[in-house]
Amino acid sequence: MTRRDFPQLETTRRGLLLGAAGLGLATASGSLNRAFAQDTPRKGGVLKLGMGGGSTTDTLDPRVMTDWVPLNQAFMLMNGLVEIDRNNQAVPELLESWEAKPGAAEWVFTLRQGVTFHSGKALTVEDVIYSINLHRGETSSAARAIAEQIKDVRKLSESQIAIELTGGNADLPFLLSDYHFLVVPEGFTDWSKPIGTGPFVYESYEPGVRSRFTRNPSYWKPGCANVDAVEVIVINDVAARTNALMSGQVHAINRLDFKTVDLLKRNPKLQIVQSAGGQHFTFLMDCTKAPFSDVNVRLAIKHAIDREQLLKVALRGYGQLGNDHPIPRTDRFFNTELPQRAYDPDKAKHYLQQAGMSDLKVELSSSDAAFGGAVDAAAIFRAAAAKAGIDVTIKRESPDGYWEKVWLQAPFSMGYWGGRPTADQMLSIAYASDAKWNDTHWKNAQFDKLLLEARGLLDDAKRKEIYWTLQEMISNDGGAMIPMFGDYLDGVSTQVQGVTPHPMFNFMGGRLAERVWLAA
Amino acid sequence: MKRIPLTAWIGLAIITLNLAALLFGPLLAPFGEEDILGGPFDPATALNWFGLDQNGRDMVSRLLFGAQMSIGVSLAASLLSFSVGLPLGFLAALRGGWVDTVLSRLVDTIMCIPVLISALVVLQALGSSLPVLIVTIALLDSTRVFRLARILGQGINVMEYAEAARLRGEGAWWLIRKEILPNAAAPLIAEFGMRFCFTFLFVAGLSFLGLGIQPPYADWGGMVKDNQQGILYGLYAPLYPAAAIALLTVGVNLVVDWLLAGRTRPQGEGR
Amino acid sequence: MTALILKRIALGVFTLWLVSVLVFAGTQLLPGDVASAILGQSATPESLAALRRDLGLEVPALLRYSHWLWGFVQGDLGQSQANQQPVAELLWPRFWNTMFLAAYAAAIGVPLAVGLGILTAVRRGGVFDRLVNIVALGTVSLPEYFLGLVLILVLAVQNPVFPSLADVYPGMGFAERLDATTLPMLTLLLVTVAQIMRMTRTAVLAVMDSAYVETAYLKGLQTGRVVLRHALPNAAAPVVNVVAFNIAYLITGVVLVEAVFNYNGLGRFMVDAVAKRDLPMVQACAMVFGAAYVLLNMTADIAAIALNPRLRHPR
Repeated sequence: MTRRDFPQLETTRRGLLLGAAGLGLATASGSLNRAFAQDTPRKGGVLKLGMGGGSTTDTLDPRVMTDWVPLNQAFMLMNGLVEIDRNNQAVPELLESWEAKPGAAEWVFTLRQGVTFHSGKALTVEDVIYSINLHRGETSSAARAIAEQIKDVRKLSESQIAIELTGGNADLPFLLSDYHFLVVPEGFTDWSKPIGTGPFVYESYEPGVRSRFTRNPSYWKPGCANVDAVEVIVINDVAARTNALMSGQVHAINRLDFKTVDLLKRNPKLQIVQSAGGQHFTFLMDCTKAPFSDVNVRLAIKHAIDREQLLKVALRGYGQLGNDHPIPRTDRFFNTELPQRAYDPDKAKHYLQQAGMSDLKVELSSSDAAFGGAVDAAAIFRAAAAKAGIDVTIKRESPDGYWEKVWLQAPFSMGYWGGRPTADQMLSIAYASDAKWNDTHWKNAQFDKLLLEARGLLDDAKRKEIYWTLQEMISNDGGAMIPMFGDYLDGVSTQVQGVTPHPMFNFMGGRLAERVWLAA
Repeated sequence: MKRIPLTAWIGLAIITLNLAALLFGPLLAPFGEEDILGGPFDPATALNWFGLDQNGRDMVSRLLFGAQMSIGVSLAASLLSFSVGLPLGFLAALRGGWVDTVLSRLVDTIMCIPVLISALVVLQALGSSLPVLIVTIALLDSTRVFRLARILGQGINVMEYAEAARLRGEGAWWLIRKEILPNAAAPLIAEFGMRFCFTFLFVAGLSFLGLGIQPPYADWGGMVKDNQQGILYGLYAPLYPAAAIALLTVGVNLVVDWLLAGRTRPQGEGR
Repeated sequence: MTALILKRIALGVFTLWLVSVLVFAGTQLLPGDVASAILGQSATPESLAALRRDLGLEVPALLRYSHWLWGFVQGDLGQSQANQQPVAELLWPRFWNTMFLAAYAAAIGVPLAVGLGILTAVRRGGVFDRLVNIVALGTVSLPEYFLGLVLILVLAVQNPVFPSLADVYPGMGFAERLDATTLPMLTLLLVTVAQIMRMTRTAVLAVMDSAYVETAYLKGLQTGRVVLRHALPNAAAPVVNVVAFNIAYLITGVVLVEAVFNYNGLGRFMVDAVAKRDLPMVQACAMVFGAAYVLLNMTADIAAIALNPRLRHPR
């Protein structure tokens, strides 16, 4: 069963960049830190990808995509408005540049000229407006929550559009890089055969099974669309996926099993691509229910887990320690000075005493639907918490209906968040008092006020101060115990060149097919 | 005393060994079921004779704990399935008519749906706790026992001695006890053995889909699934639980073969 | 005899109908529904409501079932709820894939198994018999996905003889298709041949012990003739039964093998459909499996009756 991940923003590594006007959003780094051969791309060959995260109910409709395989396939056929590069910066894709009026509620975007769809039609402002509007209003789009911030989208000229927001948001370009905002021709509705401006053209597609797309010879991005065709085979079982890579049936696979990465590394024909990113694993306490309503109990729990051991055993070291807040090291607003919380059973006992208890009994709802290995992680936590006088009973829930029935409802449960390229998005989605997905039900008016303030600020230094405070608040007062962030791991044959790590998700943020080439 | 062939001795020895593991397993285990001692798939040492599993736990200990789980669940399910399927099957064979039709329809309907899928639906609806697991497997399995019992019963029912008994005025219960059971005993025992082994593998299959015995409890089938990737890298980890399953199955089969040797009237089915 | 067959067919159809009711009821009991399965973690109460409306889930269960049944008897398998494609389009290619693999395995397996069964029965107690028995015991005792993995290790990873993924697509050449499906076929072979062989052996042995076979030998007939013309027909009933059972397994029970080899068959499709609570897909699969099972069952039943004169003419 595939794990449904949150809508994620995607990242692609832009090489040397086009000026992104207005916001001081730095362009991609000059240090092209490629791990592998540095030649110029070679055209030719058929790229075969084995991917997990697809099912027979997949569709290429950008409103409904929520899983890895359709995400990657969509990027083969279509382009987005804005990309996230490997340094977590928003860089232009079909929107060439942008400018914000002070207050960050009114924006003007300039469209890239000279781009054509696979059908030969030229890209116009109307196409972009139509594509954005697919997610606004009465729609079942998964990006609806983001689109709701948009009050108005209108054409200013043949090459410019204006976007007006309901409130100031300095991160609008980041929001627009969400993988749902893909551009199709105006009025387009035939999602079974999408037409886009992307590097590959539709040839065949069987949802949940395989797809084949062929190169777009007039693709506008330089150094891209190098292979003649790309085939995706959906392989949800990680063992089967690994077999396919090892026997040479596919060139690359995503989402490796943490436990066997070290073994795969020994194979000289393979390379492991490891990307630090924002995905993190959570133990969620409901702050409105006893005993978690007492902050001392929350702190006791946070000190009762051995994070290093968990990282070593659950992720085999392929990740970063978490400090009980959701902002990763790769985010430019990461609080580097917040002391890293460690396993301290004595302190945990101390906090329990502050709460007036000598010991604590809790029930943790867990399921591998939360994240692969969640139940094992729960077992490790249980063993560590026992030494702090906390008795944890693991209630294993069925994977089906976990997200509907358990997450957001059980007093103590486990969860997962994919990374977001901006701190604001992550915090707004899960930690604001009125956030739909506030899975710890934590409500702090001061936090909300500061969050709103930072959102509209165009000055990075001021924003950083606020975000540092927010992280501290969540870490010390919030209901989430976040022990670790996980790296994204892909396995790639040495035949494939041009692969790089990416902070957003596997396969170079979903755009691997666009970028790589095959060695002769 | 009848001469018991060597293979049967081997089979009996294996079964005894496993029964011992069932009863005393956890007591004999050097480490706990959940204790993490090292990294995944660490090789064998003097302390860990079979090395560590995919989570870094001692393989030998997990096997011993798993014996209780796997054998216990399979045994319970098989016994339950027989106590349901057998009387119903005989009943259907003897009574014929309405009773037979209704029961057969019900059983056929249930059997139409692939077992794994039925188990999937039930376990997802009711959760994977041990009682639910055992009862689900038992009920699904009892359909096959039913069919066997019915066919055996029918076959014997048409024999002359059965007819003679009926003419004498003997009731259905008497017929079952005195005529059908003794003659059907051998294939039934054989079937019990097969059902038992099959349940093992079935629970293992459920573990593959994430529905079998839940972690952190060990069970041999689940251990095969958890450690399976080790095979690709030439590690021995997955071979141990698989070998444990195979050993017990072989043992049971050897004894079953011995019981069936020289018996006539194999009007039963295979698995 | 015709009356018997007709009666059986009627019963079969009735059984199928019962299956559809059972499956429908079963999926209603499951937590979650297709809307929450599609939207997953990103579901909000609004988007769930909107999707449920779009999919017609607001209609009461009984009504939905009747709609489906009405469509089904007219040959319309309905539309997948999760991706709006006609179920038939999704189902039939996978159905043929499953049948192909089953046929591949059965065509080789059944003759092989029956032959081995007869051979070992005739040469009972010999080295050949013991050897075959041990191997058969071994394969029957291991989980099939384990066997599949070992085959992958030996024949795909360490020695690239066959592909590790059974990747099939429409328009594939026949030889290519055979190549892709050989490893899963071998896995299934290992599982089914052992069972059929053991039952054949038992059945033939039992018959070989009986008086008329002894008479045949005393009459001076050769072993071959004795076996083929005198023993086998009488041993046929249980053999037919186990063969039918195994063929049913090959069609309906191979979801784990499909998973290991990533084979695009009906088993995985149904598991997926159940996970998504996509009712039309689940029902369609259930009907297909049910029909296959009912047919094979019927054949086995009829064969058993036809071959046992005592049951043919009940008194």
